[in-house]
Amino acid sequence: MNGIHDMGGMHGMGPVQEEKNEPVFHETWESRVFALRRAMGAWGKWNIDVTRHEVELVPPADYLRMSYYERQFEAFLVLLAKRSFITPAEIKDGKPGPGSAVAVPALTTQKAATLIAKGVPTNRNVPATPRFQAGQHVRARNINPTGHTRLPRYARGKLGTVNRDHGVFVFPDTNAHFLGEKPQHVYSVRFAARELWGEQAPQKDSVYLDMWDDYLDPA
Amino acid sequence: MTTNRRDFLAAAVTAAGAAMTPELPHAHEHQHDHEHQAVPSDLALRVKALESLLVEKGLVDRAALDTLIDAYEHKIGPRNGARVVARAWSDPAYKQRLLANADAAIAELGYGGMQGEHMVVLENTPSVHNMVVCTLCSCYPWPVLGLPPVWYKSAPYRSRSVIDPRGVLREFGLDLPADVEVRVWDSTAELRYLVLPERPAATENMSEEQLAALVTRDSMVGVSKVAPPQTGASA
Repeated sequence: MNGIHDMGGMHGMGPVQEEKNEPVFHETWESRVFALRRAMGAWGKWNIDVTRHEVELVPPADYLRMSYYERQFEAFLVLLAKRSFITPAEIKDGKPGPGSAVAVPALTTQKAATLIAKGVPTNRNVPATPRFQAGQHVRARNINPTGHTRLPRYARGKLGTVNRDHGVFVFPDTNAHFLGEKPQHVYSVRFAARELWGEQAPQKDSVYLDMWDDYLDPA
Repeated sequence: MTTNRRDFLAAAVTAAGAAMTPELPHAHEHQHDHEHQAVPSDLALRVKALESLLVEKGLVDRAALDTLIDAYEHKIGPRNGARVVARAWSDPAYKQRLLANADAAIAELGYGGMQGEHMVVLENTPSVHNMVVCTLCSCYPWPVLGLPPVWYKSAPYRSRSVIDPRGVLREFGLDLPADVEVRVWDSTAELRYLVLPERPAATENMSEEQLAALVTRDSMVGVSKVAPPQTGASA
């Protein structure tokens, strides 16, 4: 979707402000949001692309106003309801609805430790023929899906060169909508800064993006 | 699920407020002698209410939440990445392995896992400067750098790094000569990038441990260089 999250190349956001000796979490609630999202993810009712897309659906003005963890929390609440973990009534009352079943938590401390140590790999060991190879010229497709995509606006329609093939990965555009993993090759693609931003950009500078097969055409 | 998002969120706000009976605004502006505790924000109350609800429904285990938080608050952070960098500076064979197969080389030091399942290491040299961004969200190599700082997730960094990397670097105090090639890596997929910064001068006799102490988080994101040791500091 052409949302506010797709910020690459925008102006007007101000200077980058670095906080000295920044804590990992500024408030306890931020750490709880961080952990709750992972703990609920262990139920397997969504995937990383679903959670990213839900954050993208936060209305643009709210997205810019909210802090990072605030956005994550609002998106998380919506996702919990969409996947029927909680009802609006339960949120309203702050307690389980009458007759609501008591589950056994999906994420135990042991599984949390495993999650931290192993992560959730998104590469797939399935045969998939690469459409491109290193050195090949490609053009990023000019697509404007209303759903989730990881092809930023600033690269669409631009010419690039395949730098390397990273292997086969889950395709976010379908995975974010529960439409299957559609595993395919992901490439590191180099775009000259001048191709992206015009002649005023420094001649040698470039931006590298990771692109799925479905984002590219031969050029 | 057709509940309008705004209605739903508004209900969540009301519910958390009702559940937690928050203080009226300004109620704490008076002087008080007892140990000061910040008035919990509305958001803090809402998160607390949601956590209680999920625990009551048996959906989450509080101890598992604590395990996750403790790991990223106290155990996993940029010191991990600094050890990888120091090893690469000290051991040319390790550096080759790191650049060729980052996952395996980083695992040699015991690091890996969530949000670092597929790693790539980028070497900075006198002629090439790499920096890393995630314009679409906040992708960052957790096992070696920990959770990202606020600036990395901020609109200014995400919007400008790709169109004006040199301007962003100047804000971090790094003014790169025009003949240095800048490569910006936008983390659009599940590959996670770690910059291998240049080894600073006057470090020839330093141990791996001493070298690691010089390496900053920012240098491994590629928004700064590693400064040479302070004169006399290691004497």
